[in-house]
Amino acid sequence: MGLLSKKDAKLISDPLLDNNPITIQVLGICSALAITAELKASIVMAISVMFVLAMGNVVISLIRNIIPSKIRIIVQLVIAAALVIIVDQVLKAYAYELSKQLSVFVGLIITNCIIMGRFEAFALANGPWKSFLDGIGNSAGYGLILVIVAFFRELLGSGSLLGFKVLGDSVEKTGVYAYGYENNGFMLLAPMALITVGLIIWVQRSRNTALIEDN
Amino acid sequence: MANNTDKNSYTVLFATGMVLIVGALLAFVASSLREKIAENKRIEKQQNILYAMGVNENEEGTVAFVSKDIVAGEFSKYITKQFVVKGTEAIEDANAYLIDIKKEEAEAKNPAYQRRLPLFVGNKDNKEFYIIPVRGKGLWDAIWGYVSLDKDLVVQGVFFDHAGETPGLGSNIKERFFMDDFTGEHILNGDTFKGIDVAKGNADPKNNDKTDNEVDAIAGATITGNGLAAMLKKDLQLYLPYLKTLKQ
Repeated sequence: MGLLSKKDAKLISDPLLDNNPITIQVLGICSALAITAELKASIVMAISVMFVLAMGNVVISLIRNIIPSKIRIIVQLVIAAALVIIVDQVLKAYAYELSKQLSVFVGLIITNCIIMGRFEAFALANGPWKSFLDGIGNSAGYGLILVIVAFFRELLGSGSLLGFKVLGDSVEKTGVYAYGYENNGFMLLAPMALITVGLIIWVQRSRNTALIEDN
Repeated sequence: MANNTDKNSYTVLFATGMVLIVGALLAFVASSLREKIAENKRIEKQQNILYAMGVNENEEGTVAFVSKDIVAGEFSKYITKQFVVKGTEAIEDANAYLIDIKKEEAEAKNPAYQRRLPLFVGNKDNKEFYIIPVRGKGLWDAIWGYVSLDKDLVVQGVFFDHAGETPGLGSNIKERFFMDDFTGEHILNGDTFKGIDVAKGNADPKNNDKTDNEVDAIAGATITGNGLAAMLKKDLQLYLPYLKTLKQ
């Protein structure tokens, strides 16, 4: 990467795997459970979080030296909330269709612990450019897990991907349903998202034993 | 500098400044975009009403409204009359579609208030549609929609929408596979009003029986489905005295 120094590149690549916000830092689990029943919603959520986290990280980083430490959490919350609301209002005025799809996520983005977690852990201590990269990296790592979980939940739960019925029609009994296959409705419920995340964590830690904590 | 930011006076000053700046910014954004947003909402309402009476650009499996540019023209072409219903009477009102259902419902808690019930009459291929707006509660937030009926009170089409139902579960009430099921359903059983139930395990997932006052529920969205059935029952009933006069 010519554009980024080795250290900067690590800020983006680390959160994708070995320091993934969901599977390693265990941040942002709540929204990962809530919206991964379908792939499309997960992609929309991943993009929105990327925008808010990168922007918010930069803003926090710019004012990091003047934020009173006693109320820094409140300041972080206000900045995240203000950013999300401004984006939502602008979309409502100029891209109404998109904002309709996004409306559900507005609340979820503000309360997403990844946002607060990265503001607190990284942006308060680092410069704007680094914070920007950290925001992109962490939201990409978050989005990656979201997409993987949603892929399996939508495929096994509804028999579709991005709304397309890839396994055939379950009511008309075409495709694999003709051979007695049934959708597993359990996959659509939140507990299965947790179990899917658990499986990902298992696979990841068994491939990279350095990630396993000693007791 | 490091010491300065720990002082109480600085903290209060910072907080005040932050609130003022962020508040002013949000107020400025909201007020400068207000008209544009209101216009978008008005267009959406027209699109939704037309959708319920079958004026849309649906292809297989997708929900597609008539496009924004032509919706005003289509609306005045297909919606021939707009009424405000009071009991068995209907008074014509060309702007009935602008009535805020949420407000009316809140006002109606006051017994002295006479609730205004908007009703839209559409005409397509010489067939009359009576389109009724409905509004209720889902799992997380409001749900609403439009139901179009013919003279015999058989559903000709519906449109549902929601503010914040769970993606992939409750949010599916605005998908074709769910909405299309309502077409052809009766809201009466014989002469008594039944509404349309969103039923689990009604042994009729293909919805061949249109007179059972039931459609198949969405798996994992029980509360949204119950809320939707309750909404239909509650709001369609309000129009019943007038709708029955059509039947004769």
